[in-house]
Formats: sequence, structure tokens, C-alpha cells
Amino acid sequence: MITIVVALSILLLLVVLYLLFRIQVLASIFKGSYRRDIGKSNKVNAILMLVFLFVMGALFVWSFMDSWDDMVLPIASVHGVDIDSMFWLTMAVIGFVFALTHILLFIYSYKYQHQESKRAYYYPHNNKIEIIWTVIPAVVMALLVFSGWKTWAKITSPAPENAVVVEIMGKQFNWLVRYPGADNKLGHVKHTLIDATNEFGLDLNDQNAKDDFPGEPSAFHVPKGTPVLLKIRARDVIHSVFLPHFRVKMDAVPGMPTSFWFIPTKTTSEMQSETGNANFQYELACTEVCGRGHFAMKMTMIVDEPEEYQKWVASQQKKTFSTQLQAAPADSTAAVAVNSTSGAAGAIASASKQ
Amino acid sequence: MSSTDILHKDVHLEHDDHHDDHHDQSFLEKYIFSQDHKVIAKQFLFAGIFWAIIGGLLSSLFRMQLGFPEATFTFMEPLLGKWVDGGKLNPEFYLALVTMHGTIMVFFVLTAGLSGTFSNFLIPLQIGARDMASGFMNMLSFWFFFVASVIMFYSLFLETGPAGGGWTVYPPLSALPQAIAGSGTGMTMWLISMALFIVSQLLGGVNYITTVINMRTRGLSMTKLPLTIWAFFLTAVLGLLAFPVLLSAALLLIFDRSFGTSFFLSDIYVAGEALTNTGGSPVLFQHLFWFLGHPEVYIVILPTFGIVSEVIATNARKPIFGYRAMIGSMLGISLLSFIVWAHHMFVSGMNPFLGSVFMFLTLIIAVPSAVKVFNWLATLWRGNINFTPAMLFSVAFVSLFISGGVTGIILGNSALDIQLHDTYFVVAHFHLVMGSAAFFGMFAGVYHWFPKMFGRMIDEKLGYVHFWITFVGVYLIFMPMHYIGIAGFPRRYYSWTGFETFNKFMDMNTFITVAAIIAFAAQFIFLFNFFYSIFRGRRATENPWKSNTLEWTTPVNPGHGNWPGPLPVVYRWPYDYSKPGAPQDFIPQNVPYSQTQSSNLPHERDTE
Repeated sequence: MITIVVALSILLLLVVLYLLFRIQVLASIFKGSYRRDIGKSNKVNAILMLVFLFVMGALFVWSFMDSWDDMVLPIASVHGVDIDSMFWLTMAVIGFVFALTHILLFIYSYKYQHQESKRAYYYPHNNKIEIIWTVIPAVVMALLVFSGWKTWAKITSPAPENAVVVEIMGKQFNWLVRYPGADNKLGHVKHTLIDATNEFGLDLNDQNAKDDFPGEPSAFHVPKGTPVLLKIRARDVIHSVFLPHFRVKMDAVPGMPTSFWFIPTKTTSEMQSETGNANFQYELACTEVCGRGHFAMKMTMIVDEPEEYQKWVASQQKKTFSTQLQAAPADSTAAVAVNSTSGAAGAIASASKQ
Repeated sequence: MSSTDILHKDVHLEHDDHHDDHHDQSFLEKYIFSQDHKVIAKQFLFAGIFWAIIGGLLSSLFRMQLGFPEATFTFMEPLLGKWVDGGKLNPEFYLALVTMHGTIMVFFVLTAGLSGTFSNFLIPLQIGARDMASGFMNMLSFWFFFVASVIMFYSLFLETGPAGGGWTVYPPLSALPQAIAGSGTGMTMWLISMALFIVSQLLGGVNYITTVINMRTRGLSMTKLPLTIWAFFLTAVLGLLAFPVLLSAALLLIFDRSFGTSFFLSDIYVAGEALTNTGGSPVLFQHLFWFLGHPEVYIVILPTFGIVSEVIATNARKPIFGYRAMIGSMLGISLLSFIVWAHHMFVSGMNPFLGSVFMFLTLIIAVPSAVKVFNWLATLWRGNINFTPAMLFSVAFVSLFISGGVTGIILGNSALDIQLHDTYFVVAHFHLVMGSAAFFGMFAGVYHWFPKMFGRMIDEKLGYVHFWITFVGVYLIFMPMHYIGIAGFPRRYYSWTGFETFNKFMDMNTFITVAAIIAFAAQFIFLFNFFYSIFRGRRATENPWKSNTLEWTTPVNPGHGNWPGPLPVVYRWPYDYSKPGAPQDFIPQNVPYSQTQSSNLPHERDTE
């Protein structure tokens, strides 16, 4: 019933609009304005150009300022400060160009609207002006490129030797984290070794794998003030690690490990007091479309003071993969599959006998 | 489809009135499998309009989800069936909507609809040719596109849904039906449709290039061409060089999907099973895709550069400022467009050194783009502007091109792209600079050449209403998206409420959705005006805008062959507007200098 009423009223509205349009057409034929080349509408449009400039310009400035607090995320990494200062510098440059060209565009549109008595100024070219407005943008771009290069080179340089290594692996639809343990070396992995319990496909025959331990499912820890090297990979489709507060983003690509290193500057609790939000957590999001649960691939990163972090690592080191995989050996079918490809299952089986 | 039928009927009626001399052609030959460039152009236009409505409708659907995440959409069940699950939009369907919106808008509307319409319509008319170099290939071009359209349209109704891995169809997601339902039959149809689409583009492109090079009328040198033709010519060159690379990427993806090869797949464990593929690289696909993908955005925007330059010069009654600089900047942009593709891949894991190279090359593009903007501004300066709807859309085009273009300087900077990559900042950037701007250029073209296409005038007042609602609407939609992007909101998210970091800007998203739906609704004003004016618009004169180019020297309804008598001969460039000493404020290209002695410049006197 309601649908019929809605449909009918929409229909009526359309009929009214159509009639209004017909009346307008007939009236303009009657007045003869159809025959005139350039009528009053030209002036109205010219004025609207000016109105657009002022109203939309004011709306832009107001909405920008109003959104400022929500828009600007606090920074929690060393290179994040560089990125943000360059971002706002570039914004200032393009903001200036944006404002200048728009003022000219709309003012000219208004000022040079058609006038019966006037004729346009025949001015086909001026090479000097062309050169000036080619060179100026070129110089500005060159400066931006140089500062961009400097920052980019710093961010993408090899990680320092003392970096804390953390592996993060994307899968549909969550993140898994692995720590290298005391040797700071991640053990060898192979996707054919993956099963319900060995989610990383860890090869326990590898010496480096013995002391690897997993992060907790929903949150992982990193220390403040030391370089953290994220070793990033994916096991099914492409995902992307995004830590918005740290200005960190890197794709997780199946078959091609990637990495990103950064230095956290504020612990989670420091950020909780800075933002005045007692529940604040650093969140990690996925930014490469990966399927149904793309929007829900959330993980929390906890930044600790170095001492707390060491304490946490010490408490975790007993929970290595090897002890956990011994406690819950892979189910028999998976073990057979693994056995046929590498023989690692035999190692697991013999390890579990000991 | 149904809309193209309307076209044929209409043209049929029109022609019955005036052109009984063509009775040797059957209806089918004349209006369906026509080899006349003007009919083919209209076929592309109607198909483009059909796709634009579908594309816009899809965006309204997913904007509903983003603007009202808490709402229940039970009322859409009659339309969407099982994609509405307990009142909620299915998240995979959401991804399919986003994917199809992108594919449709970029390829079917802004490539085929735009180039297909205006290159076909204007190239022979503006260079003084009777038709395209090969009318038969031109016809094939449309029908390949038509078949591609049918397949893509059909995929919307598959039970597993259309392709859902984003319009960039990155494997492995697009290669593995286990990973997302849309990568099943939907993706197969997507690939087949795109392969046919590419064939259509190549057939069209070869024709455009050949026609422009070989079939210009006497006196029409390359330096006397209207900027529209330069733009269409360069667009066709870009398409001819770039689309085959997409075809190769699509073929390799078909092999990976159906024949067990490993071009893009390696070390994958999905749905409880380790795949045997090894040695492939997903990043390789991205390189191949963006080698087309980046020139593609220029394929979309270059034709509108030409259209807008032409419309601005005509309606400002001034020569386009810096004609040669305009050609030079288009050449520069075309060249650069092939060597910047990896700026879409700064955080894909490719070597960071490549990032520095591509940042440098990318930011160079800002220079010719800036030159174009300054030239348009200089053309308006001291003009005598007639605000036709086409002119309004052209001025707004310049505004949108600036607003969207300047943020390209930020995104092209690899260091800044780390934070902004795949956020709403990117969405705002390209929707302004190549989405909305190209749409505005297309509207400008339709309003401007409507009299030549249909022999009638399109209603101006409705055009004004359509323009102002759309212009304001576009800014209200896309400006706030920058703020959301700076805050880090990722693209292609079904909902952000799961994240504390993104649990804000709720009102802003609702606002954007309302603005988007109003702007979409305003397009129906245009549709009404368009179809109404085809049948009942005021009859047009031969040259209603007092324009210089050759298409306005044809009869009101040009027949097959365009000019009833001999082809016009060209003596001058197309921008002699408001020349001092001339009795009128325009001198068409086919007027010899000997007839304009009062206005000839010193260097033109020799040619009198």
C-alpha cells in the first residue's frame, strides 16, 4: 500500500515538473527569448559563478577547520614526523595554487561575461608567458622531488642491525605474528607445511626455527625507541599492513616477502594519556582488498617501554612453536601430506616421542 | 541495448523525412549495422549513457551502505534478492558493486562512451572527410564493444556475483574462486568481456589514427587542426600502445585461472589447501596492469582536454591561448603517461629505487598539466563569455581538473603515498581529476554538439539546472573525502566501525551519501532533456554557436558523406575569433584570406 502511495506521489511530482518545464518553454517562446542569442540567463550564470566561489570557498575553509581534530592522526614514529611535515608543506603549496587559480577562474568568468558592446581581445599567444609558467612549476616540482627523495631514501634504507624483528603474515581474514626468539632469526617456512596447527608452515628442522614463538592472536608487542623491522608476507592473497599512527604501509604479497622498518616513539599508555582516551590502542588495518572480510582484518599493536617488552618476551619464550606443535601434533592427513613433500613430519613425530 | 533501439527508431524517422535518396540501404544497414561514423558515434553515446546509469546506480547502492551502516536494506530485497542478507548488504556483494562501478565507469563510459562518441563523430566532420578510413572496421569496433557490454552486463546477474576483486583485478584474489565468489564465473566473464573490449578499442584506434593522418581535407595541415582532433589522435595512439599490454595481462591471468600456469601465483595456501603454483609474481601483474592503467586515465581525460579547449575558445569568443603550447603539453602528457605507471605501486613491495625514479617522472607531469590550466585561464581573460551549458561544464571542468590535479602532486610523492595509498584521499583525487572532470568534459561535448548530432537544440534552462546541481554536488561529495582520507580511512571497506581509529566522520559519510544520491538524481534532468530534445527540441541552425570548425559548414542534418557538394577547403587555423578588423567575431576555417583583407595580420598578407 505504502509503496503504491510513494510511487504515485513520485509520479505526480514528475508530472508537475514536466508541466513546469512546458510552461517555461511556452513562456519563452511567447516572450521571444528563444530567438535571442544571449539572454538574461548569461548574467545569472555569471553571478552564480561568483556566488559559487564565495559560498563553496567558505564552506571548504570551514569544513576543513572543523574536521581538523578528526582528520589529523597523532604521530607515533620517527619517520612519521618527516612524512607529516612534508605533507603539510606540500598541502600549503598546492593550497596556494588551488586558491589562486580558482579565484582567477571564477572572477574571470564573472568579469568577462558577454556584453553586447564589447568584443573579446584577440590574443593568441605569448611565448614569454608560456616559458614563465612552465619554468615556475618545474622549479617547484624539482624542490618537492628532492625533499621527497630524501625522506623516501631514509624510510626505505636497510633496517639497522639492532632492529627488533617481527614477522607479520596476512591471511583471509586475520593477521598472524611470529617472533624470532633469542637468535633474532626467523626460521624457514614453506607453504606446503601449513596445516590447521602449523599456520605459518614452519620447518622445525631448521635450527633458526627452534626458538621462534608466536604473537598472541589479537595483539602483538613491540618496544619503544628501537628500530622495529616488520617482515611482511601473505599466504593466500595480497593484503597490506597499515599502521596509520606510525605512517607505515606495505603490501603483504604471497610468494614475495616484503618489509618495513620504523622506530616507535610513544608507548600505548603514553598515547592513551596524550589523546585522553583510556582505551586507546594502536590498530593495524588491511589496505589491499582481499575478500569478504577485508574490512575486518584488525589487529592491535602494543608499544611497550623496552623493559616491559623484554619482560614480555621472556614470558613468551617458553611458548615456542616447537613446544606447541608437539603438544598438538598435526592431524594425520595433513601429516601425510607434509611427509610426502619434505619429511618434516617425520621430524615432528620423532620430536614428539622424546 | 534498449536505449540503442530508441536511437535507431529516432534516426529512422528523421531520415525518412529528409533523405529519401538513400532508399537503396535497408533499415538494418542504415541504423543497426551502419558504417556511417555519425550513426556509430550515436550508438556509442547511447551505450555510454546506458552504462553511466548502471555505474551511477551501483555507486548509489554502496554509498547507502557507507552512509547508513546501521540501516537495514530490506526494502531493496525485491531488487537485489539474496544479496540483501537479513536486511544487510552482503560484504562480497559490496566489493562486487565497487568493482563493477570502477570497471563500468573507466572502460565502458569514459573510454568507449567518450572516445567512441566524439572521436567517431568529430574526426571526419572536423577534418573534412566523408567518413572514417574504414567504415567496416568502425562498425566492427562498435559491435565488439556491444558484445563486451552484453557479457559484462550478464555477469551482474550471475548467482556467484560479478567480479569482486576491485577494478584492478589483482591476482591472486582474482585468480582464486576459493578466495572470493566473484572470482568464479564473474571473473571469467570480466576477462572475456575486457578482451573483446580491447579488440574494439584497437579497431577504433587504428581507424582514428589512419583517418587523421590520411584523410584531412585540402589545406588542413596538422598545425591547423582543432585541438579536439589533436586530443582524439593522441588518445588513439595511447590506446593502441597500452591496451595490448592489458590484453596480455588478461590472457596470462586466464591461463593462471584455467590452465594451471603460474605467471602470477606462488606459494599459496588457501581454503585449507596448498596450491602447487610456484615461481609466479603478483607484482608482475600490477606492472602489466598499470602499464595500461596509467595511460588509461589519460585516454579518459585527453579527449576532454580537446573538447573543453574547443568549447572555451568558441564561447569566450577568443582564440585558445597558446595553441602550440596546448599541443606540446598534450604530447608531453602522452609521452610521460607511459613512464609513470609504477606510482600506483609505491608500497607494493617493488624495489624502492624504482619508487624514486617513478616519483621523479610522475611529478614532471604536473608541469604540462599546469601549462594547460594557465592557458585555459588566459583564454577566459578578456573574453566575451557566452555561458551555454557546454561552456558552464567546461569552466567547471577546469575547476575540477585543478582540484583533483593538485592532490596528484601529493600522491605522486612516494614518501607521502605511504600513508595515503589506498585511502579515501586517493578516491577523492581520481574521482575529481579523471572521473568528474571527464564526465564534465563529456557533458560539455554532448551539449555543444547536440545540434549537429540531432539537428535540434537541447533546452538551455534545464541544462543550467542540471549543471549547477551537478557541480555543487560533485564538490560536496568529493571534497570531504579528502578529510576522511587524511584520517587514513581505507578504500573498499564495507564498514569502518570495527576500528576505533576509523570510528568517526559518521555524519560526514552520511552527508556524502545524501549528496551523491541528489547528484545522481539530477542526472535524470539531463536524461529527460536529452531524449525530449531529440524529438521536440527547437530546430537547430547550421552554426548555432558561431563556431569556426568545419562540422558547422555541413547541413543541419548531415547525410552520409557529410557534405552534399565538394569537400570544404581549409585556409586558416580554427581559432580566428574576435579578430580585429573582421566584420563578425568569427572567421570559419574555410574562408580564404583573400576574403578577409580587413582583418589579415601582416604575416597572413602573403597568402591573400
